[in-house]
Amino acid sequence: MVKIIVCIKQVPDPKEFSKITIDPLRKTIVREGIQSIINPLDKHALEEALRIREKHGGRVVVLSMGPPQAIEACREALAFGADEAFLLCDRLLAGSDTLATAYALSKAVRRLKPYSLILCGNETVDGSTGQVPPQLAEFLEIPHVTRVRRIEIGEDEAVVESMLEYGYRVVKVKLPAVLSVVKEINTPRILSVFGIIEASSKKINQWCVSDIDASIDMVGLEGSPTRVTDVFTPEVKRRCEVFSGPVEEAVGKAMRRLHEIGVF
Amino acid sequence: MPFDFTFTPEQEMLRKAATDFAERDVAPRVEWMDETGETPTELVRKMMELGFGAIVIPREYGGAGLGHIARIAVLEEISRISPALSFCLQIVHLGQSPVIYFGSEEQKKKWLPGMAKGELIATCAVTEPTGGSDVLGIQTTAKREGEYYVLNGRKCFITNVHISNMHGVLAKTGEGPKGLSFFMIEPNTPGVKPGRRENKDGLRGLNTGELILENVKVPRGNMIGGEGDGLRVALTAISNIGRPGVNGVALGIVRRCLEEAAKYSKQRILYGKPISELQAIQWYLAEIYVDYETTRLLTYYAAWLRDKGARCDAENAAGKYYSVEAAVRCAHKLIQIFGGYGVMREIIPQRLLRDAEVLCSAAGTQEIMKLVMLRKALEYSK
Repeated sequence: MVKIIVCIKQVPDPKEFSKITIDPLRKTIVREGIQSIINPLDKHALEEALRIREKHGGRVVVLSMGPPQAIEACREALAFGADEAFLLCDRLLAGSDTLATAYALSKAVRRLKPYSLILCGNETVDGSTGQVPPQLAEFLEIPHVTRVRRIEIGEDEAVVESMLEYGYRVVKVKLPAVLSVVKEINTPRILSVFGIIEASSKKINQWCVSDIDASIDMVGLEGSPTRVTDVFTPEVKRRCEVFSGPVEEAVGKAMRRLHEIGVF
Repeated sequence: MPFDFTFTPEQEMLRKAATDFAERDVAPRVEWMDETGETPTELVRKMMELGFGAIVIPREYGGAGLGHIARIAVLEEISRISPALSFCLQIVHLGQSPVIYFGSEEQKKKWLPGMAKGELIATCAVTEPTGGSDVLGIQTTAKREGEYYVLNGRKCFITNVHISNMHGVLAKTGEGPKGLSFFMIEPNTPGVKPGRRENKDGLRGLNTGELILENVKVPRGNMIGGEGDGLRVALTAISNIGRPGVNGVALGIVRRCLEEAAKYSKQRILYGKPISELQAIQWYLAEIYVDYETTRLLTYYAAWLRDKGARCDAENAAGKYYSVEAAVRCAHKLIQIFGGYGVMREIIPQRLLRDAEVLCSAAGTQEIMKLVMLRKALEYSK
């Protein structure tokens, strides 16, 4: 293995989602005072990369895109055992949607050549689109597999298990490829004290748009075809109705009620 | 002195690591520990592998050198889930401290790297059946025989005694305050026998027991400091490491009380509304909150002073005095909030109260804390 690139994103801690509010004017999430973490599935991707390195050698390089504070996520990834980290950090990147993000990441990945594998979390807990990994692969013109729960590395290919709604499929994929992983793939290690200390001597490289030779009109708000017209907290109108009596009678009542409210 | 103990990125990462460890690996074992009183040795081993045992050991001796704020952060996070395991870790640090503070260069090089890796876990055996506060009343003797000292005696209430392979022991080499010396007894030394295991009401799963010493030959080179320095060695270790460690454990209990109180009072419906809307419960919540903030400030302030190299005996004593009583008080209030459920064995409040009670006499009684604070208090006459 030459180099495994792991894409990570700093996201708000799901434990603190209840504290998140929406700025009614800007239509953006107010993140002030909310703890940030590495996106949980990205940690699984990093863990898998570290395990592949233990078995096949090579280097694990972390790539992230975000505001200056995303450097904390990079540092944490280094503490987990990554060899080097790169952070795309530029005001021009602000407001990038998934397409613009994937484009910027692909330009950074091209600078990191040669590489054998790109690992990502299947989706993030904030956006939850799951679009970036396949888009990244398309920009790089390499194969990709999503929802990966097992990876077996071969000579110049990998055999992976990709989860489906019911069951899984086995896919043989040529390397380099983008694989986006699900939580079933492994249990991430816990940071060790010595890993934290070692991280302070490892390098975090910060790149701006000009460093990756990206076209300005393909990144940031301008390069993003997605337009957010509104962001709001949905009103929860859950109600509970209990239908009692013998099973058949209760089920009958429930079915009639579901018809009434137009579920069927 | 203006103070600021905002966590550094390293400290924050360490705190997260301790949270992950506690929530993922420790939580499933807590009930078993409480039921059986057994020590989960695999979790102790895991803590050592993660380097939690190396936090205060200087880097030049294989440690992490991350200091006292980092230590408290880890103890708090683990104690939030298991005060017993957190206490076990704090005693691992206590066992290292005589070597860190008073060891010769040779002794530091010999033992600290093994302690940092968790290969060497040492007790700090001071208390005897005659009492812990009356240190001068100890009966364990160390008689000089050529290049050795021969130790005889019986220590009691020694934490981690059955899971440690080294023992730091205070023994009499003469009379009076200068008649005490401190020795490190290395693994597999003949004559060292852990005795009875105590069956405590709280902190169950934390190993506590006797240490019996029968004609134990300890090389002169294993004495920490010089002959007659033992009292200073033991008291410094207890003041610098033992007491703040108790504070960290108590802080975790108080925080858990706050979390459980807030969660339960928002969920429990009485009189058609959550009990968090009843004033009687609101006052409990506010009181637990102020205890949490006060415990947190006292504990981290003392740790911050220690990291600055400042003397903080009174601050550690104040932290210990306040935090353990806050832990008992908050656990008791938590039981009131839970009502009848609070004393059910399968629900947490009663365990927190039992755990908190054990802390009151650890690392010095509350009355000893007052004596330590009194010296500082009188300085304000100037």
